[in-house]
Amino acid sequence: MLLTRRSLIRSASGFAAAATLPVLAPGLVRAQGRPLRLEITEGVIEPLPFAIPSFIARNGAAADAAADVTRVIAADLRGTGLFRQIPDSAHISRVTSFDAPIVYPDWQAINAQALIVGEVEQQGSRLIVRFRLFDVFSQQPLGDGLQFVGNRDGWRRMAHNVADQVYERITGEAGYFDTRVVFVHEEGPKNARLKRLALMDYDGANVQFLTDSRSLVLAPRFSPTGDRIIYTSYESGQPRVYLMDVASVTRRPLEAVSAGNMTFSPRFTADGGSVVFSMEQGGNTDIYRVPVGGGARSQLTNAPSIETAPSFSPDGRQMVFESDRTGGQQIYVMPAGGGEAQRISRGSGRYGTPVWSPRGDYIAFTKQERGRFHIGVMRTNGTEERLLTASFLDEGPTWAPNGRVLMFTRETAGADGAPAVYSVDISGRNLQRVATPGMASDPSWSPRLP
Amino acid sequence: MTISFRATALILTAAMALSACAQGGLRGGDDAVNLNSAQGAFGSVSDPRSIAYFNQIVGDRVLFAVDQSSLDGASMSVLDGQAEWLMSNPEFTALVEGHADEQGTREYNLALGARRAAAVRDYLVSRGVAANRINTISFGKERPIEICSDESCYSQNRRAVTVLSAGAGV
Repeated sequence: MLLTRRSLIRSASGFAAAATLPVLAPGLVRAQGRPLRLEITEGVIEPLPFAIPSFIARNGAAADAAADVTRVIAADLRGTGLFRQIPDSAHISRVTSFDAPIVYPDWQAINAQALIVGEVEQQGSRLIVRFRLFDVFSQQPLGDGLQFVGNRDGWRRMAHNVADQVYERITGEAGYFDTRVVFVHEEGPKNARLKRLALMDYDGANVQFLTDSRSLVLAPRFSPTGDRIIYTSYESGQPRVYLMDVASVTRRPLEAVSAGNMTFSPRFTADGGSVVFSMEQGGNTDIYRVPVGGGARSQLTNAPSIETAPSFSPDGRQMVFESDRTGGQQIYVMPAGGGEAQRISRGSGRYGTPVWSPRGDYIAFTKQERGRFHIGVMRTNGTEERLLTASFLDEGPTWAPNGRVLMFTRETAGADGAPAVYSVDISGRNLQRVATPGMASDPSWSPRLP
Repeated sequence: MTISFRATALILTAAMALSACAQGGLRGGDDAVNLNSAQGAFGSVSDPRSIAYFNQIVGDRVLFAVDQSSLDGASMSVLDGQAEWLMSNPEFTALVEGHADEQGTREYNLALGARRAAAVRDYLVSRGVAANRINTISFGKERPIEICSDESCYSQNRRAVTVLSAGAGV
């Protein structure tokens, strides 16, 4: 979808762009008159209250879109667990015009820290969304007003873009709302499960199926540019890695099909130019790398144990993976081109499915200990391990593009056991089930959409 | 939107079931057993050259300990029977399916299933079955036959199943 955006500098009175916002004390503690700022890393316990009066419909045709856009922006912000919406019924001021002056005392009186004001205009098949963000207690705008223009049916992306802007201006972190998730949709009983690749917005909207249920499919992953998906399918009879173009929904085997050997657990390298994956030969599994455009396959590990679940550091220089070379699964880091691997997981239990954060600072993993499963994060040298979740079966974390939130698969126990996609902050807070059309597993979070 | 999606899903499920039946033929494996055992598509258990005999009398599967792919004495004796049967019935080929229980991560379990399938294939070859008559595949934890979440089910799911096909080339 084509989406253009520009600053609303002309129409703003005294809108000084917030060029550099000083980093303040943690949480909501801030001196009067300083700009609004929420520090996520310091651990916010009390969500920041915000008000978002329904966006004004510039013309009658835009009435539905204005209400929908407002609702999605508010849901994005609430869903982070960092923001609390003040209900419209508590509002004192009514915003009747996008350009009207803000009556700050009315918003201060209900303790709205941030105020989002916007309008929506429909011109034929085009939709225009404009918004401004105000720091209520400093009584000033937070950044420029912005305008997004897109197709009418792209209204959700415009809403997510507004929410991303609000999140970024208040937290200083990149937003993650204008993103998609590829996952495995599941149907049927536990002993005859059907699986299909599916794509959805990060919030579960706009579900699109990418494969039918004739072939078992597993563990799709986005390319770093979000335009391709790499995954494992049984469509040839054997598990094999396939590459799919998202726009055209066309697919091809990653490599020319060779008989016998299973290939699986693929992931793109940091630059998107290659794919690393596991290949099994004669019962032994090692990690290989092959250029996406074709070319020679290179072998990255060579051991009689199981080496799988490779993931690259964002600078492309290192690779993390799991191996059972010492008995149980553990996590190792090695130079991207091959070489000696260092074990980084040191706690008790077993560690698998490592995924390097897009920020480079953490590695997320699945930990299995005493019959329970956990999603956790650790520093890239294995220190500061933190378990974020615990359940009968949690596995397969995937990072939001800002490296602050993880999605993963949670499966319930028993004959009626079913998988679902959950998300959790890297602080361990804000555990939520992600809306999917049915049973779902193996999420992979896209980068921010272009 | 939800309604149309569900309708599509039902049609696909029905189509799957039909195609599975159509393929049933001489293929064994857990799916086919569930669908076809009543119809006797594998012949009679009393016929020692039948797939039914292989599946039920010889034994089509061996079980494994947690995280293990080694064969115990009982497994070797089942596989000795399989090897003998395969050598006296050269018109059949075998696909060894390796499986894992649900207590593990998806990709590790795929690799573990492959290890189990390879252990069975290697043993059959060591007992004289031609290597080119045996293929392997792993289903990891994707195809449990028992669906409870305790050891009584897990132990049945940690398995390698030898699935027969008639004719050369699987």
